[in-house]
Amino acid sequence: MNDVLDVALRLLVVFVVFLTFPLIVGQTEHKVMAHMQGRLGPMYAGGFHGWAQLIADGVKFAQKEDVVPAGADRRVFQLAPAVALLPYLLVLLAVPIGPGEGAVGQVLDAGVFFVLAVMGVGVLGSLMAGWASANKFSLLGGLRTAAQLLAYELPMLLTAASVAMAAGTVSLVGILDAFEWWWLPWQITGALVFFVAGLAELQRPPFDMPVADSEIIFGAYTEYTGLRFALFLLAEYAGIIVLCGLTTVLFLGGWHGPWGADGLGWVWTLLKTAILAFVVIWLRVTYPRLREDQLQKLSWTLLVPLALAQIALTGIVKVVFL
Amino acid sequence: MTPAATVGSLATGTVNLAAESRGFLSPTGVEVVFLLVGLVTFGAAVVTVTTRQLVHAALWLVVALGGLAVEYLLLTAEFIAWVQVLIYVGSVVVLLLFGLMLTRAPIGRSPDADSGNRWVALAVAVAAAATLVWVVVDAFRTTWIDLEGAPAGSTDVTGASLFQHWVLPFEALSVLLLAALVGAIVLSRKAKAGTAAGGATATGPSASGPSASGTTDAGRDTEGTR
Repeated sequence: MNDVLDVALRLLVVFVVFLTFPLIVGQTEHKVMAHMQGRLGPMYAGGFHGWAQLIADGVKFAQKEDVVPAGADRRVFQLAPAVALLPYLLVLLAVPIGPGEGAVGQVLDAGVFFVLAVMGVGVLGSLMAGWASANKFSLLGGLRTAAQLLAYELPMLLTAASVAMAAGTVSLVGILDAFEWWWLPWQITGALVFFVAGLAELQRPPFDMPVADSEIIFGAYTEYTGLRFALFLLAEYAGIIVLCGLTTVLFLGGWHGPWGADGLGWVWTLLKTAILAFVVIWLRVTYPRLREDQLQKLSWTLLVPLALAQIALTGIVKVVFL
Repeated sequence: MTPAATVGSLATGTVNLAAESRGFLSPTGVEVVFLLVGLVTFGAAVVTVTTRQLVHAALWLVVALGGLAVEYLLLTAEFIAWVQVLIYVGSVVVLLLFGLMLTRAPIGRSPDADSGNRWVALAVAVAAAATLVWVVVDAFRTTWIDLEGAPAGSTDVTGASLFQHWVLPFEALSVLLLAALVGAIVLSRKAKAGTAAGGATATGPSASGPSASGTTDAGRDTEGTR
């Protein structure tokens, strides 16, 4: 009975995190973007600095009519938002936020592979949406999504493999247990490559070619309305949480901190994740969108070689010095 | 490669020769689930090759490959299961869908999605399945794999058996993959030189639309090798 309660509690906590954190990132994005652009952003809903704007947005989405285009492939069209969103919920299960086995939804033997595999599945949702909408712009968006995923999955995997080599394990919990502070300079190239490739996989600016609004309206999500559209947006924000959490766990030492790692490890994890999420928003406001050929070139001629160099460096250091 | 690795790790792992003491008529929960997932996987695979909706075939393939991953999980081969999802669902199917999006695949049935080779294909499939089933049955016969205790398919065990007992096949496969990679690059270069107009669509800033069915292969090749 105790076990069942334990599992239920963990699932509940992960679910609550899944429901609230993306909204917090969304609201932060409203405010940070507004201030960086010298404006106020939404200020009225809820009173204090418009904190309830996202709730208002949610109500708005729920009220909208759920339209399925007449020419669309109905079932695939309706299934796509769920396929896009659910993988991120599963990934959150495996991300440890504190020391010990008590601070992770489910300890997995091959955690690194699990999170990368399941994150890749989420992109299928965008592809399904792009094809099933029966819309030229959606199809173009789907194509660009697929091309982008194929290009950026590889550097992500290679850099994650580099960390796994350094730690001698593919378990996320094990990687954190093995972490030392000097891994930070050792793996810094890998960290940058992982983060950039992750941004591209989430289609966040400056890698938002698949949803480039000035060219192809909203890419694969053009035909979506109401709650299904909101689910796609939620998937994007959940993706930010997952990417920042993973970068924190793999490269920044997760719950390790200069002090207080025993009781307050989870604070370090959340702090690092939050800072990375801020960087994601910052990049959106700062950089212009990359063109499709620039996107491909960045991955194949810069990120992949850098990732391979990082693996070589990890191997050399591991064999010679450790 | 992956099923062989599983089989290898299981064979060298905790294997009991105790089939006599276990009846086939009192299945455990895991065995029942294994069978049910197997049926779902089989059904999805059959739909994949029989449906006339091309993109649906690719999506049913996701179900079949995912079902296979669940089967690996039930056999405690966690590492193999996640690699299965990562490579097949995450990459191969995405590549397939990418290729399909470059064709004229309509929403609904494709009138010409019917091959004259279907009986030959069926014969080949049945022969391949028979060979595989025969090999597995002949290799294991009444061996009973104990799923209790330390997982026999964990990353640790799989890695050890792969790089100790099976390192030669592993290296041979990697050379094969390298050859395929080089071959793809050579082919795509040749195609670009031959039909400069056709092969260039995928490299332009605007991706080719749904009407560019003729450039599918060239586009896919340049995409994969760039």
